[in-house]
Amino acid sequence: MTQTPVSDYEDDKTRRPSSPSSRGGGTTAMRVIVPLQGVVQGRGGLILGSIIPCALFYFLQLYLKRNRSKSPSPPSSSSAENLPEVSVLHRSASRSFLSPRSSTGPAYVSSRANLIVKSGDSPYYVGLKKVNEDPYDKFANSDGVIQLGLAENNLTLDLVRDWLSENARDSIVGGDLSISGFATYQPFDGLMELKVAVAGFMSQVMNNSVSFNPSQMVLTAGATPAIETLSFCLADPGNAFLVPSPYYPGFDRDVKWRAGVELIPVPCRSADNFGLSITALDRAFTQAKKRGLKVRGMIISNPSNPVGNLLSKDMLYSLVDFAREKNIHIISDEIFAGSTHGNEEFVSMAEIIDTEDFDRNRVHIVYGLSKDLSLPGFRVGVIYSFNENVVDAARKLARFSSISAPTQRLLIPMLSDTRFIERFIRTNRERLRKMYTEFVTGLEQLGIKCAKSSGGFYCWADMSGLIRSYSEKGELELWDKLLNIAKINVTPGSACHCIEPGWFRCCFTTLTENDIPVVMERIRKISETCKSHS
Amino acid sequence: MAVGIEKPPVGLSRVAISQTHGENSPYFAGWKAYDENPYDEIKNPSGVIQMGLAENQVSFDLIEEYLKQHPETSTGGDHNSNFRENALFQDYHGLPSFRKALASFMGQIRVGRAKFDPDRVVLTAGATAANELLTFILADPGDALLIPTPYYPGFDRDLRWRTGVKIVPIHCNSSNNFQVTRQALEEAYNSAKAMNVRVRGVLITNPSNPLGATVQRQVLEDILDFVTKKNIHLVSDEIYSGSTFSSSEFVSVAEILEARNYREAERVHIVYSLSKDLGLPGFRVGTIYSYNDKVMTTARRMSSFSLVSSQTQQLLATMLSDKKFTENYIRTNRERLRKRYDMIIEGLKKAGIECLKGNAGLFCWMNLGPFLDKPTRESELVLWSSIVHEVKLNISPGCSCHCSEPGWFRVCFANMSEQTLEVALKRIHDFIKKQR
Repeated sequence: MTQTPVSDYEDDKTRRPSSPSSRGGGTTAMRVIVPLQGVVQGRGGLILGSIIPCALFYFLQLYLKRNRSKSPSPPSSSSAENLPEVSVLHRSASRSFLSPRSSTGPAYVSSRANLIVKSGDSPYYVGLKKVNEDPYDKFANSDGVIQLGLAENNLTLDLVRDWLSENARDSIVGGDLSISGFATYQPFDGLMELKVAVAGFMSQVMNNSVSFNPSQMVLTAGATPAIETLSFCLADPGNAFLVPSPYYPGFDRDVKWRAGVELIPVPCRSADNFGLSITALDRAFTQAKKRGLKVRGMIISNPSNPVGNLLSKDMLYSLVDFAREKNIHIISDEIFAGSTHGNEEFVSMAEIIDTEDFDRNRVHIVYGLSKDLSLPGFRVGVIYSFNENVVDAARKLARFSSISAPTQRLLIPMLSDTRFIERFIRTNRERLRKMYTEFVTGLEQLGIKCAKSSGGFYCWADMSGLIRSYSEKGELELWDKLLNIAKINVTPGSACHCIEPGWFRCCFTTLTENDIPVVMERIRKISETCKSHS
Repeated sequence: MAVGIEKPPVGLSRVAISQTHGENSPYFAGWKAYDENPYDEIKNPSGVIQMGLAENQVSFDLIEEYLKQHPETSTGGDHNSNFRENALFQDYHGLPSFRKALASFMGQIRVGRAKFDPDRVVLTAGATAANELLTFILADPGDALLIPTPYYPGFDRDLRWRTGVKIVPIHCNSSNNFQVTRQALEEAYNSAKAMNVRVRGVLITNPSNPLGATVQRQVLEDILDFVTKKNIHLVSDEIYSGSTFSSSEFVSVAEILEARNYREAERVHIVYSLSKDLGLPGFRVGTIYSYNDKVMTTARRMSSFSLVSSQTQQLLATMLSDKKFTENYIRTNRERLRKRYDMIIEGLKKAGIECLKGNAGLFCWMNLGPFLDKPTRESELVLWSSIVHEVKLNISPGCSCHCSEPGWFRVCFANMSEQTLEVALKRIHDFIKKQR
């Protein structure tokens, strides 16, 4: 997932509960008209039966319009919220744009574009900006903002760097410098050699418990387009995917923005350690149906972001059963599969799906090299699907987000070096475990507990004890204090659509061991001021 | 045994099952013929020669030479911090040094007649992504873009497939060398209106694909006036700008805007890429250069779906900052392309075939109208089929480019060696002789 320093999760405005008023008008009116026409039978019944409902409908719309204009929500949130509504709003607003005028009357820009330009300062974006402006440096800027908001892994980059400096000389230059080698048009969905290498890598990363077939793979420029491409393939605009919350804020952009697919959060609770339950899924599915939304699939992250949970084999089976019952797809985002640090073993969807399985057509896996191999800049993502038609469509769509050929050439030998990969995975896990343990222990000593997690680059910390009012507002106040006074950038739970306030995602993989005490000290100071208030 | 009831298969989206990708069209049937029987000078001298792929291989040796002499460019340096920064760099703003080098390269191509601000350069993985992205930003589903015919067949897919936007053709014909006229613009706009379709912009390719000719200054002025009058956008795909045979013959819309003091520039957006001019399509490097801040910001954020590899950016930043290299490359590339062009025109003339007078690009626009049975699309496809299957040359029929006049074909000449081109010309020569 593109965690660019200034990429903004604009659509996290959608954490506000979806206002039904915009949709409610039409459907409630219909519920009034039909029975009414039945009641008003007899003489003149047809006419009365038509006029009365129409009149009611008219007055209902009038009433709703009046009420909506009274609502205090700022324009930016409402525009991000009511996706279909926006295009209506902007069609009429755009008339002013269309009138021929001087250079001050700009030509129309689509509703999609307007959506993004309006939404501005989400906490995520603000935090990253602060870090960029005033980055912590142990020697040069010890008062700067410490970055705990970016899920990037710096812990084991040295191994990759060393491998490249020892082996890369021949990768581009001297070796295969033939023009057809890397300059000419290549298959848009990636070189077969790279697919083979990636299949092998994925297998290694997942403890060799499953093998991947390169011909079921489509390579994309990062996992971000992988998710978007699948969204385009599995659902039509206006359809929806279920997604357990809290979830990675980037999904709002990847799924909704251009593909126009809605995301329906399936809330998970701290009481269950934020574990997923089929009951909750089912409830969300039913509620969506009532709202008139067609659910086409679910997106699960395993290991999850921001919590770091792993899904058990049983749960995976249950999810497939659920998907079969509702006849929907499963997108399994397994991008952190190799970044486990706990004692639980990671199980991929690929492990439980057979090539003979009827259900295989509904399972699609997303992977990439940004997390497990620490190479987000190189842009390598994977769509792995058991559904031939999806692979076919995704392959054709890959032209819009292809991986650069020289980068592919560079990675083939590295991923194929199984001994290096084995050493890398092992070392990475060790370092992750160490940092995780130290960080979580540090927080515990401050009285801040973290959810139990087995993977990812972060811990999910419960700081609700430090917030003044147990609400999103209170959470954001604390976030602000942490950012501007303590000067640490963490991601507030509300940005991840968490229903329980006070949870924060803290990434520790951009730190060194020596930074941890500094972080803890800063949090301690803040927690003292917070406690003294309550 | 009881027969089980078949469960309905899990559905896919309309986008997934749509045929808008066009890969089943006749245009791609020629590619298939090539894939099944590709020409090789030694191993398969009777195979199909690929003349349907606009790829530039004539100047690759210059790049190869550069990379050999500067090996450190390809790995982004072994320096500690350099590598780490590079591997982690996924900022959609793009590497500043690369943006600077690209902006300067674009200026060099226009011989300094236009300057590009590195901060306005938005990077995408190829021009394909750039064009689609702009379409997402400038138009809503159901809206339309006006495009002069004949146009690059890929537009049907790139601009319409996922965006839901329509293409309304601006008809051009050979009476004035297929140049866009004011009347044609109005007619296209009105026909869209008649269909109740909202026009959001005009998209031109300059130099033109498939014509292989630059758009004249007056035509650019007319188009700019037109889009201003209708208050719509103008996208200028200048992907072949570095492939004009003489640097003085190309006029970029950027120059016109500069001459007009950037009045009304907010509606203009330029697309560029290194796939053609540098012959590096595999690198996937494209750019959107918009004079509109809102479009630029949105495009930049949307480019998250299509970022350029940081390693590639680093590699190219070094290469494109080398002014000596770029100047030599641009000049040599132009000369070699001109030479190829002259060679193919000469060869076709000897066979009695006329082409549109071209001055740019990797192809020529050949007129086989006189050889058609009837001046119809069907006749054109029949002739094309015999050229692909009997003459064994994969060329692109005008109808796949939506040309309203049958009989025209696009023939690429830069993706092969001179020897292969000779072979192709001989085959055409023999074929035409047989026709007489």
